[in-house]
Amino acid sequence: MLSKDQIAQRIAREVKGGQYINLGIGIPTLVANYIPENLEVVLQSENGLLGIGPFPTEAEIDPDLINAGKQTITMVKGSALFSSAESFAMIRGGHVQLTILGAMEVSENGDIANWKIPGKMVKGMGGAMDLVASADNIIVAMQHCSKDGKSKLLKECSLPITGIRCVKKIVSDLAVLDVLPEGGFKLLERAPGISVEEIIAKTEGKLIIEGEIPEMKFD
Amino acid sequence: MINKTVANAAEAVKDVFSDAVLMFGGFGLSGLPENSIAALLEKDLNGLTCISNNAGVDDFGIGLMLKKRMVKKMISSYVGENAEFERQLLSGELEVELIPQGTLAERVRAGGAGIPAFFTPAGVGTEVAEGKEIREFDGKLYLMERWLRADFSFVKAWKGDTSGNLIFKGTARNFNPMMAAAGKITIAEVEELVPAGELDPNQIHTPGIYVQRIFQGVNYEKRIEQRTIRKS
Repeated sequence: MLSKDQIAQRIAREVKGGQYINLGIGIPTLVANYIPENLEVVLQSENGLLGIGPFPTEAEIDPDLINAGKQTITMVKGSALFSSAESFAMIRGGHVQLTILGAMEVSENGDIANWKIPGKMVKGMGGAMDLVASADNIIVAMQHCSKDGKSKLLKECSLPITGIRCVKKIVSDLAVLDVLPEGGFKLLERAPGISVEEIIAKTEGKLIIEGEIPEMKFD
Repeated sequence: MINKTVANAAEAVKDVFSDAVLMFGGFGLSGLPENSIAALLEKDLNGLTCISNNAGVDDFGIGLMLKKRMVKKMISSYVGENAEFERQLLSGELEVELIPQGTLAERVRAGGAGIPAFFTPAGVGTEVAEGKEIREFDGKLYLMERWLRADFSFVKAWKGDTSGNLIFKGTARNFNPMMAAAGKITIAEVEELVPAGELDPNQIHTPGIYVQRIFQGVNYEKRIEQRTIRKS
């Protein structure tokens, strides 16, 4: 099984130079640590920044500079600051090319649920609904199964949906899968030590397996 | 130039009334109109509708207004950091409308810009779309959202001048510029108030036309929610 950092490390391999990218809270935020330094990308924070830098040192902390998770951050050289309306204009306008976010469930047609669990306190969707409705490429970081072993890659989401037919790729703790436009999870890679049979057993939605499925490698 | 200066927060909020619709700039606790909130807490108000991306934390920001039971309804995108909020919501004392963050920003922008409704893809196929008009444009589905406007908007800027021109700093800008435009009466508090003419017109983020009252804030706490530092 992949650790959270390994999921982030694997997702980072999907990043291409020249992209503007929005990273969600949690594992997606860790992706920034694994983007190769020679790739020129710009990280967007939906509260109004293009060009998120590393976390600050104690001396650099500025309460007027935070990310969407309300963490203190720094800016890289060449950053730009703007309002929330401008920020979501660039998101809805399709200018942010890649969105990486977490999910509680994904369906085989690419629906995503990640904002609400009935019976639990609802905190809100934040910017997730705008992001998933807008980006051309959406990659999800998630656990393949719930703690009690139920698949989270489903025929249909059981939880309230955040967006429809939007997820393009999933990196779970067990596998990398494409979500095909015609529906279905296409298995691309398996986590070290995880068999195809285990992935079949733990995927409720339609799973497509063609040929040998390579094992992921980590340095 | 028209002088918009008032002496302090208490004077700025003097005519805020119960059951009013209020907007508050800020994302989390960053860019929050701290002085205006403190002055509102001194008033005997209730039944307020508060439009703000977040609802503060238990002991800071709008969370303090919730604690005093001044708020009837919150319109926000994310409210996860506040236990008193949760308690009032679950007990039915507080009404809450959760809105996708980009839709919230655009509804406020539309309110200030005189656009009564617009179409957005955010929320199509979700419970946010329930009861809303859905239309297809160029092969994609969008839902209609209405503008938001307020009786009073409270914004916080880094610098301002006596005619109400504002400059923000860092990510503390967030919802402040749109909310300034969407308020019938907009009250701006600034860390540094200067005479009109001292700010470079090229650098103004919010033109003074949107601001009715401006004052020099005091004792900014600028609390940090998630103090995160790099290990080095």
